Amino acid sequence: MTARIGVVTFPGTLDDQDALRAARLAGAEPVSLWHRDKDLKQVDAVVLAGGFSYGDYLRAGAISRFSPVMETIIEQAKAGMPVLGICNGFQILTEAHLLPGAMLRNNHLHFICRDQKLRVENAETAWTSDYSAGQEIEVPLKNMDGRYVADERTLDELEAEGRVAFRYLDVNPNGSLRDIAGITNAAGNVVGLMPHPEHAVEPLIGTGKTDGLGFFTSILKKLVNA
Amino acid sequence: MARVVVDVMLKPEILDPQGQAVQRALPRLGFAGIADVRQGKRFELEVEGPVDDAALARIHEMAETFLANTVIEDFVVKVES
Repeated sequence: MTARIGVVTFPGTLDDQDALRAARLAGAEPVSLWHRDKDLKQVDAVVLAGGFSYGDYLRAGAISRFSPVMETIIEQAKAGMPVLGICNGFQILTEAHLLPGAMLRNNHLHFICRDQKLRVENAETAWTSDYSAGQEIEVPLKNMDGRYVADERTLDELEAEGRVAFRYLDVNPNGSLRDIAGITNAAGNVVGLMPHPEHAVEPLIGTGKTDGLGFFTSILKKLVNA
Repeated sequence: MARVVVDVMLKPEILDPQGQAVQRALPRLGFAGIADVRQGKRFELEVEGPVDDAALARIHEMAETFLANTVIEDFVVKVES
C-alpha cells in the first residue's frame, strides 16, 4: 500500500508536473487535482505547487485561495490533512490564513533564481521528518514575491513554538523577516516555504543534489505508517 | 450608477520597496522635494442599485476578505457622488 499525493493545477501553475514527479520518485501515487473541482479524489495529502496562479492578479495567491478546490483543502487541512505549499502554494496558504503572515514583493524588486541554502529548523512536521533539526540543504529558489512578513508578535510566537520550519542561510534573498524561508502551522500538517524542494529530487537536474526529496519521503512514511 | 472607491495601502510599518524606488527616481527626473512615496491600489466599483448601509456593509466585507489582505494592508471605502 502506498499513499496518494494530490497536486493542484490552477491556471498559471508552473511546477505541478515536477511536484507530481517528486511524489512518484518518493514512492507515492501522484494524483492531479483541478482548481475548479471540489473533489480531492481521496488523496491523503495535497501539494500546492509553484507558479503564477491567476497571473498573481490582485496579490499572489489571493484569487486561487477562493477557488472551489481550496474550499475542500482548507476544510480538510483544518481537520489534519497534510498540505505542503511551495512558492505560489505558500502564498496561497497565507492568503487562506492556514499559515500566518503574508508574502510581499522581494525587497530588491528583482525576480530571483538561484540555488539556495536552507537550514531545516523543525524536523517534526509531516513534511520534514526525514530531515534532522539543523540540517542544511540546498534547493532552487525562484520568485518575485518571496518576502515573508508578519507582525512582531506573530514572529515571536512562531519562534517560541518552533514553527519557523526553514531559514535562509548565507544570504537572505528577498528581505524575509528573521530570514524565514518557511513555516508550519501549530499541528505540523500544513507547511509552506518559498524555495522549491520538488526541483531537487534527481541528481541530473536542479542543484545536482537530491536535498528536496526528503519532503516527499517524509510525508510518505507518515501516511503509510499511519 | 453610483461609484464606490476602495483605496488599499500597505500598513505604515510594512516596507514598500516599490514606493521607495519611485521616490528615488524622482530627483533624477527633475521632481524635487518629495520625501517619501507609498504605493497602493485603488478599486473603482460601479454599484448597481442604491448605495445604502447594506450595500456599504457588503463592500466593506468584500474589501476585508478579498480586495485587501488585512495582515499587511489597510483599506478605506469612499462613496463618490
